[in-house]
Amino acid sequence: MGDNTKETKFHTIAVLVDNEPGVLARIIGLFSGRGYNIESLTVSETDPVNRLSRITIVTSGTPMVIEQIKAQLSRLVPVKRVSDLTTDGPSVERELALVKVRGKSEPRVESLRIADIFRARVVDSTTESFVFELTGSTDKVDAFVDLMRPLGLIEVARTGIVAISRGPGAL
Amino acid sequence: MSQARMSGAEIIIKALVDQGVDTVFGYPGGAVLPIYDAIFQQNHLRHILVRHEQGAVHAAEGYARSTGKPGVVLVTSGPGATNTVTGLTDALMDSIPIVCLTGQVPTHLIGNDAFQEADTTGITRACTKHNYLVKDVNRLAHTIHEAFYVARAGRPGPVVVDLPKDVQLASGDYVGPTDIRHRTYQPRIKGDARAIERAVELLAQAKRPIVYSGGGVINSGPRAAELLVALVKKLGVPITNTLMGLGAYPATDRQFVGMLGMHGTYEANLAMYNCDVMLCLGARFDDRITGRIDAFSPNSRKIHVDIDPASINKNVSVEIGIIGDAASIIEDMITVWDARRYRIDPAALEGWWQQIDEWRGVDCLRYDRDSKIIKPQYAIERLYALTKDRDPFITTEVGQHQMWAAQFYKFQRPNHWMTSGGLGTMGYGLPAAIGVQLGNPGALVVDIAGEASILMNIQELSTAVQYRLPVKVFILNNEYMGMVRQWQELLHGGRYAESYTAALPDFVKLAESFHCVGLRAKRPDEVDDVIGEMMAVDRPVVADIVVDPAENCFPMIPSGRAHYEMILGSAASKPEATTEGLALV
Repeated sequence: MGDNTKETKFHTIAVLVDNEPGVLARIIGLFSGRGYNIESLTVSETDPVNRLSRITIVTSGTPMVIEQIKAQLSRLVPVKRVSDLTTDGPSVERELALVKVRGKSEPRVESLRIADIFRARVVDSTTESFVFELTGSTDKVDAFVDLMRPLGLIEVARTGIVAISRGPGAL
Repeated sequence: MSQARMSGAEIIIKALVDQGVDTVFGYPGGAVLPIYDAIFQQNHLRHILVRHEQGAVHAAEGYARSTGKPGVVLVTSGPGATNTVTGLTDALMDSIPIVCLTGQVPTHLIGNDAFQEADTTGITRACTKHNYLVKDVNRLAHTIHEAFYVARAGRPGPVVVDLPKDVQLASGDYVGPTDIRHRTYQPRIKGDARAIERAVELLAQAKRPIVYSGGGVINSGPRAAELLVALVKKLGVPITNTLMGLGAYPATDRQFVGMLGMHGTYEANLAMYNCDVMLCLGARFDDRITGRIDAFSPNSRKIHVDIDPASINKNVSVEIGIIGDAASIIEDMITVWDARRYRIDPAALEGWWQQIDEWRGVDCLRYDRDSKIIKPQYAIERLYALTKDRDPFITTEVGQHQMWAAQFYKFQRPNHWMTSGGLGTMGYGLPAAIGVQLGNPGALVVDIAGEASILMNIQELSTAVQYRLPVKVFILNNEYMGMVRQWQELLHGGRYAESYTAALPDFVKLAESFHCVGLRAKRPDEVDDVIGEMMAVDRPVVADIVVDPAENCFPMIPSGRAHYEMILGSAASKPEATTEGLALV
């Protein structure tokens, strides 16, 4: 390995797994059992024909820890492939958020204006509330949520990051 | 391969038989009664009734380690399953292939807190290599075959198959074990050719090389051990073994420098500290081996061969990591070495051996041979001298006696030494010895035990008697949890909190009450007679060897210390505990 740096960095790891009972518990158990962080985690079946699910995990650690996380994930029996999207070439990362804002008059109008700037869509509306749908990088979602806070933000649901490599290659 | 429809229980039996299983260690209960009924009606599988489910797993481990075949366990739901957890964890840590079948409440009751229900797959997820809950009888045969594949393939380990009672009673189709290939799990066997070439080149340039081999060489099979001997002889270098790796290289050979690590020899640990090239084969740089990690062999370039990619660069960064099976990679290394006509610089190698012989001269395993009370080291030396010609299998419990056994019993061949290395499970040795004896009828099997450890699974004497297994329990009785007492003496000011084994049974009478033979030695001159008699009777024996209660196990590298900070013996001053070291185990 040779890389003895102790600097901790965030990494986005994509894991392709057999979609069988308990597979998510195995992954989570590995992280908690070995003391690794999970910053965010998303999971869904992505290949119903072959019963494969894709799990995207954002974690943090030194290069040695990240290498160990990848090796530990790879040795789990139902894990098919593991890719560190942060180091394995360029990738696209996106997050989806649903943001509920309650308010009337000027703050309500202001929230709509900001939503427009962020290209957030209104997916639910009452006379005293909106639910905005926003996709983008984690930073963009953070910025939007911060701006909504003084305007009556009452609830946020976020998916955590999903990511995919750029270019023609596939996991 | 589809055959007539069978009951789930019959499918289970057929799958085990088709996997080549001849022995099952188990304990019946409500949730496995259909399987026991099926066992009753056939003659292919032998069921061994243990006295506690933990004993079943350790017995299966002993069977697996001594035969190279997976060990099979059958227990009921709830407490039957939870009692296997220690054994499963032990097998996981020491990479022992086990298939453990657990009964489960019927599928419609799962999640209802039914009688003897436990979330077995949830509980065992962290202590198995993999586990399954079978809900469909038509998946049953395939799942059991897959469980055997997973238990054996790559780095071996325990696999649990949880079997609801309604699935055992339902009827379904059987499929045979042919062409069971896991669709995802296919570990690498063959090492990377380029990496092997680089590794061999590095070895050829070495001035102070050492080979450090572990349990991976044993798990790879007897051929790996033969190849290891061939490689080490060819290179002319020193070799050390981990606790799990003992027996892979003959301990009486001049090139063997003894076990390394916390209670390893002076020469092995100093050679590891001072080497310039280290070849690690199937070992994992755990804390018992490395001591203080930042002071571990600081000036060496390291080659690490392991079948588990996660073992490489886990604790220690290495120059060259090679993933694959030990036998295959050692063979490839020998091929490259021969093809390139490599030779290690003879002058450098001679200087290195001179240095090692100087360390050997320290005689780090010396003890008081004139003692009027039995020294535990003496007892094991005599056991070795009097039993070695019978090529015995040795199991141990955990503690001082285990380390003395590792230091003083000279193992010549692989698969003859079974000890709980990773987990350190007291109570391992007796059930393991039972498993070894079943796998090796007619062989001499000795459990080197302590009086505290043996009480943790003493009930298994009953199993030994029932199946006429002439295992020998050789207790080094010092009336203390010796290793705890030693740490309290060295690191906690001699405050022996709860480490005195008070109210001990009379082991001779205890043995007799179990219908075993009980023997006792109180003086050094009685030891040989007791060992002789123990070997002569064809029955289970408990030999109570009353040893010096104050003896400590040396050499010792205190936790958090480096290899060169080893304490050599009672004459040496007590170690200063570092703050960090005190927190270590």
